[in-house]
Amino acid sequence: MDELLHILNELHPDIDFTTREHLIDDIILDSFDIVTLIAEIGEEFDVTITADKIVPANFNSAKALYALIQELQDEA
Amino acid sequence: MLFTSYGFLGFAAVLLLLYYLLPKRHQWKLLLAASLVFYLLGGAWAIVYILATAVSVWYAALRIQANAAQQSAYLQAHKDTLDREGKKAYRAQQKRIRRRWLTGCLLLDLGILAVVKYTDFAIANVNAVLGLFSKGPLPLLHILLPLGISFYTFQAVGYLIDVYRGSQPAERSLPRFLLFVSFFPLVIQGPISRFGQLSETLYAGHPYDGGTVARGLQRMLWGYFKKLVVADRIVSAVTVILGDVNAYHGAYALVGMVFYTVQLYADFTGGIDITIGLSEALGVTVQENFIRPYFSKSLKEYWRRWHISMCSWFRDYVFYPVSSSKAMQRFARFSRSRFGEAVGRRLPVYVSSFVVWFATGIWHGASWNFIVWGLLNWAILMISEELEPLYARFHAKHPGAGGLGWRLFAVGRTFLLICCLNLFDCFANIGDTLFMLGSVLTARNWGILWNGALLELGLTGVDYAVLAGAVALMLTVSLLGRRGSVRAQIAKRPYAVRFIVWYGLFLLVLLMGAYGIGYDASQFIYNRF
Repeated sequence: MDELLHILNELHPDIDFTTREHLIDDIILDSFDIVTLIAEIGEEFDVTITADKIVPANFNSAKALYALIQELQDEA
Repeated sequence: MLFTSYGFLGFAAVLLLLYYLLPKRHQWKLLLAASLVFYLLGGAWAIVYILATAVSVWYAALRIQANAAQQSAYLQAHKDTLDREGKKAYRAQQKRIRRRWLTGCLLLDLGILAVVKYTDFAIANVNAVLGLFSKGPLPLLHILLPLGISFYTFQAVGYLIDVYRGSQPAERSLPRFLLFVSFFPLVIQGPISRFGQLSETLYAGHPYDGGTVARGLQRMLWGYFKKLVVADRIVSAVTVILGDVNAYHGAYALVGMVFYTVQLYADFTGGIDITIGLSEALGVTVQENFIRPYFSKSLKEYWRRWHISMCSWFRDYVFYPVSSSKAMQRFARFSRSRFGEAVGRRLPVYVSSFVVWFATGIWHGASWNFIVWGLLNWAILMISEELEPLYARFHAKHPGAGGLGWRLFAVGRTFLLICCLNLFDCFANIGDTLFMLGSVLTARNWGILWNGALLELGLTGVDYAVLAGAVALMLTVSLLGRRGSVRAQIAKRPYAVRFIVWYGLFLLVLLMGAYGIGYDASQFIYNRF
């Protein structure tokens, strides 16, 4: 989780990602951020986030995103 | 059948009457029949295209779903006998089958769209190259464009991709799916709807509710006001100015692009108001397509508020798949190692965006001016992205710059930028657009703004007064809309106020609509896309 928070904080240093639950709905993360995140996460966690996984529910919070990463790691 | 024709009003009135007289379980069948009649009236031959798209997508979606179900059943039955690698290999094998159905169907349906919409564009470009070698031109085919093909193809293709991704169950009934593809209020200019959202109310039975019907009709009335009072009035001046670049340039070009931008807003949002209003009167909920787009403070924000259904379609079905593809991930790694962390991180985003904006441009029309329009949007968005740290530093140094004055400046700046970009819609010849834009910067004819020359553009003083009042009303409604539904706000008012508002609006459309002897309602701008 710390690695993920580090990636997110690099993207938006002014946001407290441990508490925010509506990152997509509140337009904190836009489509450009998501694409950057996918590449960063791919590098850091060695998983591939495919287009079908890019839904608000998976990106609305750091917790949800981390759950997605774990799910992908389990599938790999 | 134009939304602004008497025939359409009669068609809608008869449909509403029959719809609420029918037993609820048959209502969607009436909508299907009405949609097919509406489509046939637009050109009987075109029904073949929409049927081909509907049937192919419906069948491919069922096959994809059947394959996914078969995969689950097989894995369940062999969960103890197959090891991890065996399961993975089986999944990959089945996925390849599903992908073949998806790819085949996409090639067919996007191929139909490509052939009917882009063949002449391709031939014209080939002819341009042949001309360099003094070879004779190939004849253009002049294929007629089936009604709404860009919209219904995208709607159907989006559904198929959702089924492939497993986020949408396939629809078993062909007639029900055909209704989703051909639902007549949407078929001409969208919004490009998602099956999951639209089907919730499209097939459900709806008991008659006077309030729902009234709210739908109110929304339609507001759409007719925008279309008939504003768009179809201002179009006279737009046509005169943009019809002769030699006579009308300089300050005229600025007037022309601002007027066209007002026309485009009134025309497209008015048309969508009619679409959403009629659907609402039928009990069908259609997603919103605009959120006060001209109040945007940046181009990026504008594209979150304008033609939302198209933008989200390109984001979900082009931008994300391209940017998350294996090829793009490889490119991301390559660009990081080659150009360093900062540049390498942004390059894949920019390349993916380029693909999206090229596609968005060519979706709007088979012509280079639309492609240039798309790529200019892309370039401005990417430059803004690069300048983001600079803006952040500026705002950190000048915290007061976020006030009302700054916001108004940002809104005005964005509006002017949109006016400039919209000019690329107007001329197939990009040179004409560049000439018009350049002429504003060197203009010496600013006197036309006050010397009466604007009264020579097919609009009288009364027309300008009506336009000024109507634009002020649209602005007021947009401002009120920030506090929630304007119709809901009006509904809370006393009966006398509501009566004055709605009958007043009805009279305004009746008296101020751009009719007259020989009146021919203009085609909606987005119909041609």
